[in-house]
Amino acid sequence: MIRRHAWLWGAAALVYAFLYIPLAIVVIYSFNDSRLNAEWVGFTLHWYRVLFSDAEMLAAAGNSLIIALSASLGATVLGTMAGLAIHRYRLRVLPALVFAPVAMPEILLGVSLLLFFLQVLNLTLGMLSVIIAHTTFCIGFVAIIIRARLQGMDESLFEAARDLGASRWQTFRFVTLPLIMPAVAAGALMSFTLSIDDFVITFFTKGIGEPILPIQIYTMIKVAVTPEVNAVSTLLMLLTLAMIIVAARLESHAASREAARR
Amino acid sequence: MALLEIRHVVRRFGDYTAVDNVSISVETGEFFTLLGPSGCGKTTLLRMIAGFDLPDSGQILLDGRDMVGTPPEKRPVHTVFQTYALFPHMTVADNVAFPLRMGGRTQPEIRERVQHALDGVRLPDFANRFPHELSGGQKQRVALARGLVNRPRLLLLDEPLGALDAKLREEMQIELINLQKEVGITFVFVTHAQDEALALSHRIAVMNRGRVEQIDEPSRIYGFPRNRFVADFIGKISMMEARVVEAEPSRLRLEVAELGEVVMAGRDGVKAGDRGVVAIRPEQVRISRPAAPAESENHFPGRVHDFLYVGDVTTYIVELSNGARIEALLPNASPGRATFFEVGDEVGVSWRHDTGIFLDD
Repeated sequence: MIRRHAWLWGAAALVYAFLYIPLAIVVIYSFNDSRLNAEWVGFTLHWYRVLFSDAEMLAAAGNSLIIALSASLGATVLGTMAGLAIHRYRLRVLPALVFAPVAMPEILLGVSLLLFFLQVLNLTLGMLSVIIAHTTFCIGFVAIIIRARLQGMDESLFEAARDLGASRWQTFRFVTLPLIMPAVAAGALMSFTLSIDDFVITFFTKGIGEPILPIQIYTMIKVAVTPEVNAVSTLLMLLTLAMIIVAARLESHAASREAARR
Repeated sequence: MALLEIRHVVRRFGDYTAVDNVSISVETGEFFTLLGPSGCGKTTLLRMIAGFDLPDSGQILLDGRDMVGTPPEKRPVHTVFQTYALFPHMTVADNVAFPLRMGGRTQPEIRERVQHALDGVRLPDFANRFPHELSGGQKQRVALARGLVNRPRLLLLDEPLGALDAKLREEMQIELINLQKEVGITFVFVTHAQDEALALSHRIAVMNRGRVEQIDEPSRIYGFPRNRFVADFIGKISMMEARVVEAEPSRLRLEVAELGEVVMAGRDGVKAGDRGVVAIRPEQVRISRPAAPAESENHFPGRVHDFLYVGDVTTYIVELSNGARIEALLPNASPGRATFFEVGDEVGVSWRHDTGIFLDD
C-alpha cells in the first residue's frame, strides 16, 4: 500500500519541506551566535536581547498590537452583525459585497483605501487609517465564520426563545450569542492574526508616521539582515501559530459538541 | 366565551393559499388537535397562533383579545417544537427556568417551580444534565416542562411525538393525556398521525389544502366522516360508487353498479337520484363461508384477493363480482392460527345497514 503510493508520499514531503524548512531556518538562526545567517556558530540569546532593547522595534510591535486589537475588536462586532443579518434575512447581493474583500487582491484594497482616505475623507494617514483599513478587510472573514456556524443551527432555537417570553435583545443575549460564541472568538483570533502581520494594506495606509511591525521588519532587511530580524520573526510566528491553534480548537470543539448532541 | 377563537383566517404565500378561510374555536381545558396531511396548513396555522407568522386576513382572539400585532414573547402561548428546541448550552434546569427568568420571577420562586415542573414530567433528578445527555423521550419531557412551567393560557404542540419510536410514542401519548388533565392547560396539538389524534384529543379539526373539512369528537370523526377526504384520511375504509334509489328517513336503498342493492341508514338531505359512495370500515364487515346463511341485508359473494396478517388481526381484501374490493377485519382470537381463509377462497361479505355510511359529496 505504502510503496504503491510512494510518489504521493514523496510529493507531500516536498511540499512540507518547502513550507517549513525556510521557517525552521529563520527560527534556528535567531539563536545563532553570528551576525550572518550563513553558518552555525553557537547558541545564544543575544539577538533577543538586542531585539528587546531596540526602542523603535518595540514601538513598532506596540503599535501593531494596538492596531490588531482595535481592528479585530471592530471587525468582530461588525462581522458578527453582518453574519447574523446575512443569515437572518437570506440576503443575496449584500453577502457577496461583505465577502468580496476576502478574495480581492490586497494591493487593490490598499490603493483604493489610500485614495479614499486622502481624497474623500481628507484623513491624515496614521494609526487610525491603518485600523480602519484592517477592520474593513477582516469583517468578511468574521462574517463567513459566523454565517457558517448559524447555518448548522436549528432555527427553532431562536423561535423557542421568543416563544418563551424573550424579547429580541434577550434572545440575542441569552441564546444566539452563547451559541455563536465559539465562532465569534474564532473570528476575533483570525482577525488578529490577519491584522498583525499584514504588510500590503498597512504599507499603503500607514503614511510616514508611526513604525508598524511588518513594515519595520522589511525596512531592517533593506538595510542589513541581522539575526534580530530572525528573532522578531520567530516571536511573531509563535504568536500567530498560537492564535490559529486556539481558533481551530474553538471551532472544532463546538462542532464536536454539536455532533454529540445529535 | 371560547379561549381561542380563530375567525376567517387566510394566509397566502405568493399564489399558494396555505390557510384558506379557517374558523375554529377552542374551549378552556380542551385537548384540541389539528390533523391533516403535510402541506394542509396545520403548521402555518399553529405558527400564526404562536405569533411567528401573521394572517393576511382574519382574526386570532385569545380570551377575546385580538392577538394579531402582539409579538410571540407577549402572547400567553408557549410552543413545544418538533425538534424540542432545547437550548444546548443550558442545563435542563436552566432550560425550564428560561420562561420564568424572562418573566422576571424571583430566584426562590424559579427554583421551586422548576423542581415542581420536573417532578411533573417524572424527571426530578435531571436538573443538572445537559440536553445532549438526554434520550429522545427525556428531551420531549423537558420540552413539555419548559412549555408548561410558566402556566401559559395555551400550549401549542407541533408534532412533538414525531421523532420518537413506536413504543415510546405510545407511552408518551398516555403521559401527555395525563399531564394535560393534571395541569388543566388547554392544548392545541398538531399532527399528521390520525391514530395519535384519535387517541389524544377531545376534539379534532381535520384539515386539507388549507381548509377545515370537519371539526368533531374523535368517535364522530371516525364514525361519521363528513366527506370522502375525512373518511379516507382517518382509519381504513372501503368505498364503492352508488346511486340513491329510495330515500326514507330511517333507511336508504342504493344501487351499486353490477353488484345490486345496498341498504344503509338514512341521512338528512339525501334524496332519490343522488350519487355518492358507500363507505364501510373493515371492522364493520363480516366475512364468512359462502354457504353460511345471510345474517344481514347487505350480503355479497366474493373471493379473497389478498390478506395482511399483523398479529392481533388479519385484514382480508375481498374482491366482489363487480371488481370492487372490500376490506374485512378478523380478530385472531385463537393463537397460532394465522388465517381462516386463503387467497382465492370463495367467501361471503356482509354488513348491517346501520354500520357504514353514505357520502354524497
